[in-house]
Amino acid sequence: MTMTAETTASGLPAAFADLEPFAGWILETQPERYGRRLSTSMAEMQAFYDAAFPRLPEILAHCNVFPIDDLPDDVKKLMLLVFSLVEVSFPVEIWKQGRVPDSGAAAMDCVLEPPL
Amino acid sequence: MAKFPKPSEGSWTEHYPGLGTGPVSYEDSYSAEFYAREQEAVFLKTWLNIGRVEQAPRVGSYFTRELTWAKKSILVVKDKDGTIRAFHNVCRHRGNKLVWDDFPQEETSGSCRQFTCKYHAWRYDLDGSLDFVQQESEFFDLDKDNLGLVPVACEVWEGFIFINLAKEPEQTLTEFLGEMGTGLAGYPFGEMHQKYTFKSEINSNWKLFIDAFVEFYHAPVLHQKQSTPEEAAKLLGHGFEGLHYELLSPHSMVSSWGGMSPPKDPKMVKPMENALRSGLFGPWDSPDVVGDLPPLVNPAEHRAWGVDSFIVFPNFMILIWERQWYLTYHYWPLAENKHLFEVSLYFVPPKNAAERIQQEYAVAVTKEFALQDANTLEATQTMLETRVVDTFVLNDQEILCRHHHAVVKEEVRAHEAGTPVNFPWNRASAAANA
Repeated sequence: MTMTAETTASGLPAAFADLEPFAGWILETQPERYGRRLSTSMAEMQAFYDAAFPRLPEILAHCNVFPIDDLPDDVKKLMLLVFSLVEVSFPVEIWKQGRVPDSGAAAMDCVLEPPL
Repeated sequence: MAKFPKPSEGSWTEHYPGLGTGPVSYEDSYSAEFYAREQEAVFLKTWLNIGRVEQAPRVGSYFTRELTWAKKSILVVKDKDGTIRAFHNVCRHRGNKLVWDDFPQEETSGSCRQFTCKYHAWRYDLDGSLDFVQQESEFFDLDKDNLGLVPVACEVWEGFIFINLAKEPEQTLTEFLGEMGTGLAGYPFGEMHQKYTFKSEINSNWKLFIDAFVEFYHAPVLHQKQSTPEEAAKLLGHGFEGLHYELLSPHSMVSSWGGMSPPKDPKMVKPMENALRSGLFGPWDSPDVVGDLPPLVNPAEHRAWGVDSFIVFPNFMILIWERQWYLTYHYWPLAENKHLFEVSLYFVPPKNAAERIQQEYAVAVTKEFALQDANTLEATQTMLETRVVDTFVLNDQEILCRHHHAVVKEEVRAHEAGTPVNFPWNRASAAANA
């Protein structure tokens, strides 16, 4: 897989070095991302959201340059970070907690998702 | 105050005389005795969807389905002539499970030229016939022609693979689907093969989750926090009214409005929805694969149409969204108060990164909603089991709940009486329309 120009220590495109503190959210699968959401404090999720959400227009513009079936590794990592941003948007924007209110022990296990 | 027109009888429910308007017993959802009868009368003799043709794309492609509720394992394969076939996943030698990896209870998929049993290397062709027996001369009077895999009735409709566990199904799949099958034929399901699947074991009867997904009376209430305060207030004020209901017994459908995009007022949607242009009803920017809709999709031909929900009896639902994607639900019974729930979302493969992220958002929203629904079901199930209240009132927007329970009960009655099923409201409706 090709690489574009420079990357950060965790492999994000250099243009998004400001998101490097949140590299722990670069996770391959939906269950990993949801699991991290459930085990992370609201303060940490809010910080991630506040840093990454305003960058979405630039992120989308950056990723859209590449063919979707042949994304460079650093772009894939950026995409995975956005998938995690999607995951934390629910606690941050509506729930004010990690878990869906009243969802108790309910679980929806992702058993199939398309590869990037 | 009705926003959308109802039939001339004044309600959807009374449009189908014989369906009744009175309180309904929910004993069918907590009685272990009824559960056993329902298994016999419904699940062991009805066509059941167990997958899509995209799961077996080439000759030799196969997948297994574990029907734990029926203590069956099914092997589905694309034969040399392109036919999708289904077999019981049992070696004819000494009963070993024929196809599995690592853990016998886990489903698997792959591609092969023949199936070889792990135990003694008996080999079967893709059409199920027994091809090779290890040390064949050691056996006595071995009749290989009669030792093929045990077939399961299998037919395909619009790319959906159905099986029937009856040795000789009473109807073909086409007969069984009837107007539901013809009314949806031609929708480009095959173009939408970017697939996500979630599974969940739910502590409720399987019918209760269908109830939750065929009435939207609950949506402005249970899901109100999923909307911005402005939008939630508007939705609660309106309540819910379906655009159209159609009973095609044993099947049924509800057509719903919603999802207008982009919203007139950005305050009506969450920041992430605005940023990504996506939401519960799907990405705001639709692909262009759906031409003229089949007659049963948006049957009211309403401009506010957002999604149609179809129950393919007994346990399969298809949701077709205005924004050109679809979703399926399966409810596999495990006990009178437990079922395995599966939801799969199918999109046209994204053309770029932004479209992929829009789809991820629609998937994530669906999961948030389903988590709310799932937990409510356990709360309902446990209170039904208290038997404090034995009948429940259903309103006109809950006609599909009323209908689905009525159909299950009629299927059980007819099976045990050895007579054909009788849905009086179908005949009355046909006569009224004539």
